[in-house]
Amino acid sequence: MTWGSWDAFWSMGGYGLYVWGSYAMVVAVVAIEIWQLKSRRRAADNEVKREHARARSSA
Amino acid sequence: MTTTTAPRFNLFWFSSPQTFYPLAGRLIPWFIGLAVILTLIGLYISFAVAPTDATQGESYRIIFIHVPAAWMSMFLYVVMAFWAAMGLAFNTRLSSMMATAIAPTGALWGRPTWGAYWVWDARLTSELILLFLYLGFIALQAAIDDRRRADKAGAVLAIIGVINVPIIYFSVKWWNTLHQGASVSVKGSSMATTMLWGMLIMALAFWMYSIAAVLYRVRTLILERERRADWVRELAAQGRLK
Repeated sequence: MTWGSWDAFWSMGGYGLYVWGSYAMVVAVVAIEIWQLKSRRRAADNEVKREHARARSSA
Repeated sequence: MTTTTAPRFNLFWFSSPQTFYPLAGRLIPWFIGLAVILTLIGLYISFAVAPTDATQGESYRIIFIHVPAAWMSMFLYVVMAFWAAMGLAFNTRLSSMMATAIAPTGALWGRPTWGAYWVWDARLTSELILLFLYLGFIALQAAIDDRRRADKAGAVLAIIGVINVPIIYFSVKWWNTLHQGASVSVKGSSMATTMLWGMLIMALAFWMYSIAAVLYRVRTLILERERRADWVRELAAQGRLK
């Protein structure tokens, strides 16, 4: 497959918005999922730390 | 206390959260690495190798993400229902956690699949129902405070919902729909070889990403549910939770 120019590549034969929009959608949902995964993990880590501190202070 | 030697060839050894947690932690970087490499190869084939489609022009190039995302949304649902059923049958903690961990990633692939152009078409509608099943599973589990009851209720919903998966798959055959028929089947493919390769490699990349995401989420779930367990406290005390 040869595109000739970057303009031709980005325009996707007139379907640029449709094609790149679809790929952008996947990138967006994956980015959101990774962000959610990390923030939930951070919250769980903090819970464990709190639990650990509580167990230590009561011992 | 607990023994530290793993019995060989015993899958149940890893079915307890305590042993699965460090194993999952070691596996995640490998699946992320594979996902990145396969995505790069897949995108290269999709945009630099695969030719222009004779009838659909360049617009067809969404299939390299569209079809793998649709496959993932259906397959992950079946895997989720499998783990939910295992949790229901054997009452194993990890199984229900696996089901819960899969749901958001499955829903993620459902969303870009039916995309922006909406019509009440059989394929699109059944895929929308799949998305609602995922969201219903997540909402139902979140609504019940008692963890065991939440897992059980979710499992029943997940298992009943499996009926929708073959409906999605065969919808283009059973009804006269706007969505085109299957390009790939067990009998063979109607596509150019490079197009097919691009699609299959992207599907593998999505697989690797999904496994990494599910393992990451299940580790978080384990920490949330077992934070009072001795082994979690020990790991925390040693600073080895990562």
